Amino acid sequence: MAAKSQVNLSQGNPSQATIAVRQPGQDNTTRLILVGLGLAAAVAAPFVLYPVFVMKVLCFALFACAFNLLIGFAGLLSFGHAAFFGGAAYITAHAAKVWGLSPEISILLGTVFAGLLGLAFGALAIRRQGIYFAMITLALSQMVFFMALQLKFTGGEDGIQGVPRGHLFGVFDLNDPLAMYYFVLAVFLVGFALIWRTVHSPFGQVLKAIRENEPRAISLGYRTERYKLLAFVLSASLAGLAGGTKSLVFQLASLTDVTWQMSGEVVLMTLLGGMGTLFGPVVGAGIVVTLESYLAGTNLPVPVVIGAIFVVCVLVFRRGIVGELQALMARHRKS
Amino acid sequence: MLKSLLCGTALLAVTAGAAHAQVTNNVVKIGVMNDRSGIYADLAGEGSAIAARMAAEEFGNKVAGAPIEIVVADHQNKADIAANTAREWVDAQNVDVVADVPNSAAALAVQGITKEKKRIFLMSGPGSTDLTGKACSPYGFQWTYDNYAMAAGTARALVEQGKKNWFIVTADYAFGHSLEDETTKMVKQLGGKVAGTVRHPLGTSDFSSFLLQAQASKADVIGLANAGGDTTNAVKQASEFGITQSGQSLAGLLLFISDVNALGLQAAQGLMLTTGFYHDMNDETRAWSKKFMEKNGGKAPTMVQAGVYSAVRHYLKAVEAVGSDDADKVAAKMRETPVNDMFAKDGKIGPNGRMFHDMYLAQVKTPAESKAAWDYYKIVKTIPAQQAYLDPAQSGCSLVK
Repeated sequence: MAAKSQVNLSQGNPSQATIAVRQPGQDNTTRLILVGLGLAAAVAAPFVLYPVFVMKVLCFALFACAFNLLIGFAGLLSFGHAAFFGGAAYITAHAAKVWGLSPEISILLGTVFAGLLGLAFGALAIRRQGIYFAMITLALSQMVFFMALQLKFTGGEDGIQGVPRGHLFGVFDLNDPLAMYYFVLAVFLVGFALIWRTVHSPFGQVLKAIRENEPRAISLGYRTERYKLLAFVLSASLAGLAGGTKSLVFQLASLTDVTWQMSGEVVLMTLLGGMGTLFGPVVGAGIVVTLESYLAGTNLPVPVVIGAIFVVCVLVFRRGIVGELQALMARHRKS
Repeated sequence: MLKSLLCGTALLAVTAGAAHAQVTNNVVKIGVMNDRSGIYADLAGEGSAIAARMAAEEFGNKVAGAPIEIVVADHQNKADIAANTAREWVDAQNVDVVADVPNSAAALAVQGITKEKKRIFLMSGPGSTDLTGKACSPYGFQWTYDNYAMAAGTARALVEQGKKNWFIVTADYAFGHSLEDETTKMVKQLGGKVAGTVRHPLGTSDFSSFLLQAQASKADVIGLANAGGDTTNAVKQASEFGITQSGQSLAGLLLFISDVNALGLQAAQGLMLTTGFYHDMNDETRAWSKKFMEKNGGKAPTMVQAGVYSAVRHYLKAVEAVGSDDADKVAAKMRETPVNDMFAKDGKIGPNGRMFHDMYLAQVKTPAESKAAWDYYKIVKTIPAQQAYLDPAQSGCSLVK
């Protein structure tokens, strides 16, 4: 009974909520063990699975995590994230291929480009809410798509092909699959750590407050527009980081990454895994990419299968896979 | 007696072993990669896999002493999935040859990988001339058609018929522009003129203003420099405006029999187009197509599917001749042997990887002329191989000396 009243209390008061989460020591250790196991699996993965495939999962996982930062923690549904992902892929590919820059600088350029694009998109879009916000981001990302289709440097429907991976910091040869894999893993971990830090910072708490009740956050004296804009730019930059890295993994940047279907795919990954959970998007991205790759060799029509899974997911477990697991564990703990 | 028999068997085993040793992993593995669930599924899709299997069956599913295995993959029109699959095929599954791959971004990605990893790439689906131009590969063969042949072939044939005044409706992106350029060049070179061009956005649903301009230009021919859904939409609306009935010709610069089937003869009748293959050309094509249609649910082969058959068959013949699946030896053999099958007569492979074979100018029949299902084309003219394709010397391919 006492525990129950504490839970109720903690929902009203954010500072107590964090205390309540930290209190059970064994929960923290299980979490540490899980994280350790995950890391070990990630390090060992290229020896078991095909490295390029795992790299693809990591890129899309980072993309979905970046998207989740916006929808899961700030409550903003962007339907234009492909513009940042694909836009950065083009910039990185062009920088590496035509300008001959090193991979880390190329990816950085792509990320900065996505961030600036995010600033422009965000400044316009956050003035509206809900469906209007989604539509503005969709319209702006369609502009990026048509630019990618028309501009000379993007190569139209052929895309930019044969992008050299180059040498990381001039030392590590990224043409070696293992070197490339650990580089991508490092990029993913840095991006994920940044998101984790953001979510658990005071800034993240304010974002959650805005998600739950924006007028209340305003009345508490927060300039919510600025918080939302910063979250948007952060999310766009991280999506760009994922896109830029992906263009080096596959050594190409193509229209696929800037189409509105890609914006839809990232929504799918996030919802499937569990919106608003940290690991949900990783799981969702893993499932979608695995299905795309492994169903490719079968006679099943891939889009239909993925669509059916999505429908089942929305009908049966609305919180997504990780969301449902967490809810299950919470119920188990209570009883 | 027993001794000699034993010796004989041993010798046989040794020679057989030697023959096997020439084929890596003792299997010739053909990977058919295309779109199996999206817009190109009818054009290529499972039909291409059926065509490849038919080629393998002709060899009894065995070549140079090793069994032939065919694997398929759906690249979902995504270049990254194509690249991922091709790499995995080569690295982990020992695929010897990749076939088909419509969608030029996907094909360019696979071309890069097969070039790096030294595997034969038999392109039937993609149309980009870059594949035998600046992105050419010693192991890449573009078999069935290319965008130049489709556009310039149609333009040449129609101008030579006296239809000299053109109007071009272009999809406003690089692909549409290149079709427009090739057509304009060819029309002007042969003394015709282009009265005007108009550009429409990719994926537009309303062609009325563009078609009215084309109609008002009084041009003999309205060329459609677009593809897929854009072309079918434009053709449908042109038929509603009665453009072909009023004496102007409508020419699809990149159109396949699967598109005509989707349009129906009522809308598509009178349309001019270039094709590399038509199932109802002669006894040989009819016999092959009949077998194909039985396996493909009654759907006639597109030129892309027929091209997959021809390319795979030519590849297997080369493997048989050199007794090995070594990419360099097989590619050399493929280049020196003329292609002779139901798809191509005396086809030759150029130094840039282009397979030169005759193309055909076709006109879509009216519903009254069509006697049976898939009886769609009248072959108006044969375009000789040397006229149909770009001269390798002008292709920009670094392999041409």
